[in-house]
Amino acid sequence: MARITELDVNGSRERIDADSDRTLLSVLRDDLDLTGTKYGCGEGQCAACTVLIDGVATRACLTKVGTVSGKRIVTIEGLEHDGHLHPVQEAFLNAGAMQCGWCTPGMIMGAVSLLARNTNPTNAEIVTGMNGHICRCGTYPQVIAAIRAASGKGGRA
Amino acid sequence: MITRRDFLAALGGGIVVIMVADDSDAQEAGGGARRGMNEPMPQQVSAWLHIGEDGVVTAYTGKVEVGQNARTSLTQAVSEELRVPVPSVQMVMGDTARTPFDMGTFGSNTTPQMWPQIRKAAASAREMLIDLAAQKWSVERSSIRIADGKLTSGTHAAAFGELTQGAELAKTISAASLTPAVEWKVAGTSVAKVNARAIVTGAHKYAFDYKRPGMLYGKVLYPPSFDAKLTSLDSSAAESMSGVKVVRDGDFVGVTAPDPATADKALAALKAEWNAVATEVSSRDMFAWFKKTSEDGDASKPEFTTYTVAYIAHVPLEPRAAVAEWQGGKLTVWTGTQRPFGVRSELATSFKISEQDVHVLMPDTGSGYGGKHTGEAAYEAARLAKVAGKPVKRNWTREEEMTWAYFRPGGVIDLGARVGAEGVIAEWEAHNYNSGPSGLRSPYGVGSRKEKYHASKSPLRPGSYRGLAATANHFARECYMDELAHAAKLDPLEFRLRNAKNDQRLTNVIVAVADKFGWKTRKKTEGRGFGIAAGFEKGGYVATCAEVSITNGVVKVVRVVEAFECGAVVNPDHLRHQVEGAVAMGLGGALFEQIDFANNTVTNARLSRYRVPRFGDMPVIESVLLDRKDLPSAGAGETPIVGVAPAIGNAIFDATGQRLRSLPLVPKGLAKAPAVSAPAL
Repeated sequence: MARITELDVNGSRERIDADSDRTLLSVLRDDLDLTGTKYGCGEGQCAACTVLIDGVATRACLTKVGTVSGKRIVTIEGLEHDGHLHPVQEAFLNAGAMQCGWCTPGMIMGAVSLLARNTNPTNAEIVTGMNGHICRCGTYPQVIAAIRAASGKGGRA
Repeated sequence: MITRRDFLAALGGGIVVIMVADDSDAQEAGGGARRGMNEPMPQQVSAWLHIGEDGVVTAYTGKVEVGQNARTSLTQAVSEELRVPVPSVQMVMGDTARTPFDMGTFGSNTTPQMWPQIRKAAASAREMLIDLAAQKWSVERSSIRIADGKLTSGTHAAAFGELTQGAELAKTISAASLTPAVEWKVAGTSVAKVNARAIVTGAHKYAFDYKRPGMLYGKVLYPPSFDAKLTSLDSSAAESMSGVKVVRDGDFVGVTAPDPATADKALAALKAEWNAVATEVSSRDMFAWFKKTSEDGDASKPEFTTYTVAYIAHVPLEPRAAVAEWQGGKLTVWTGTQRPFGVRSELATSFKISEQDVHVLMPDTGSGYGGKHTGEAAYEAARLAKVAGKPVKRNWTREEEMTWAYFRPGGVIDLGARVGAEGVIAEWEAHNYNSGPSGLRSPYGVGSRKEKYHASKSPLRPGSYRGLAATANHFARECYMDELAHAAKLDPLEFRLRNAKNDQRLTNVIVAVADKFGWKTRKKTEGRGFGIAAGFEKGGYVATCAEVSITNGVVKVVRVVEAFECGAVVNPDHLRHQVEGAVAMGLGGALFEQIDFANNTVTNARLSRYRVPRFGDMPVIESVLLDRKDLPSAGAGETPIVGVAPAIGNAIFDATGQRLRSLPLVPKGLAKAPAVSAPAL
């Protein structure tokens, strides 16, 4: 079994020692203690595990760690810089777009990726772009409001 | 038994107010701190509040935070009565070693019960601080102003901590005069979720995320079907794996490993054989089964109209999770549960140890919706940790959560009524089989009534779910009200108002929702329909209007307006989020959620086979919050869900003439069916 010994996570090179067929989700959570990335279903249905791979929202539960060696991985823990939250994080705070919060990090990563592709999405584009994310508490209207508020603010991860 | 002195010493001096729910235990000890210090802590304590010598205010409650924002509302309670800024208040919740006993966080009880208790403790502490200042400064109490965490009188000023320096004051109370809602400055306002920053940064550690030094990862072998018995086990391959330990005790089989991947491999390497147990009931034929197995017989009559509801799953996005650690016969468990003290009892009983030797901590948790009353993961982690001799983490998978937790029970509701000449219900009869008694009593002023719940043999493990059976009973009743209205040739709104005359609060929400929705000016067009429903449960009054659009059999809920009244509003934004969130969640059970089972196996225990509401399913949701500052605040986490399904069902009838009497209403879209589709019985 091929082993992966290094990952580029949140701008730093992290030493790991993992079978290449392990999920990125498990390596982030269990090896690197980056537990902001959540498990929700293990089959790519809920998007609680969303991270950015070279800027694109990706389901960490379906991603083998062997496929992301050398790629730029950003997790929820990597959005804040020098004590300043990312504009999307700020927008979620301001809109109160969370209840239990389990889906929130994945939602935020999905929103960052969406806004990178489309800086000023319509409501319909937000619904289409975020439809893979489940919030069981039903904060969808607040999440849409947060993404609209963050639109055009140029946040990058 | 902990004494008052021990208790105060543990908190580190300062002021303590102990709130007891029962008057008989309360003593108005005034500033008389020394009195009774060697007595045991009173029974029936519901909360306590501490102001440290450093001025830090900490309130302690056995309630827990599962996304309903109780942490924030209880913080507001302290802030309001103690006149201290919100960020200065710490709230310790659901920790069996540090907080008073609490039955659990369910039944929408935090706001009506714990919220006033915490306020009384804070109000009492405020009066103690004023006493201290009056004494220290030799001024009249009435000259002292308390605001922003400071006391002032003339040229005197002091922060809370300065006054408590060297003091060691404990007071036990059961009553205190509270700030009236019309004078609230912090309560009644939209204070933001107090720990929101830790959520958006991913910093908050849920039970699923929690780790301990030297921790192992545990998995448990479950049978392929409910009640199957283990007949043989070959664990040699698993045991030969490095670092793996196999635990076997009767039918309990689990593994521990140094990392989750190895734990998964070890579990997969167990070769088990099982004896399955036959069953004669599946999700296809369960409705007849409920009547057949009713404990007090089948009360069916030919004139009854029959409604049914399916079993559904809570799907808390954080599945059950726990970390357990044993030290010298004492057990500590971090787990997500709505009943930390209940889980402590479960663990003490299971391991035959004293409750004093079990410590359950509940980090703010990734939701519950009534689905996390029990401690399965905590028990499994503790059992594995005991054998492993190291802390063990046991996180459930989604499939385990959707199979081995419990379900919102399915059921049958039979209804019959006679409507009098004025469109007023003269006789009313309702029978609920298996799904539960909550909300079975009609809030309308019916002439005579017979309402009965019949317990049946549940083929799946049943349990609490947001609103309990009030969802099922409101679905049936409010759709049937629609049927009665049409039979009486009355508008559904008018029919409800005629029958709600006995109840002004019910009338108020019905009128409010109809106004906001534009019920009287609604315009029927092809493929569009409008429905209304109302109800009462757990101190909250709700009325819901829905608009649906139907194209080629696809039902789309385009707009839902909901009016809700639960007394004085504690936090308008968070109340709105509870109402709108309940509408979103309620759409799933209304339209498409159902657990399928056969041969003692759940056949759709994963999110790719069990559809929950998504962004694309959302209608425009509007809420109308009726703020009754003259009434005590009631809970809001549950009741807003109950009107969603009947409002949609009635809207589908309005659009198509098809009366759907089964939840979910349209799991596979709307069939071109006969005008009335009766549930299969």
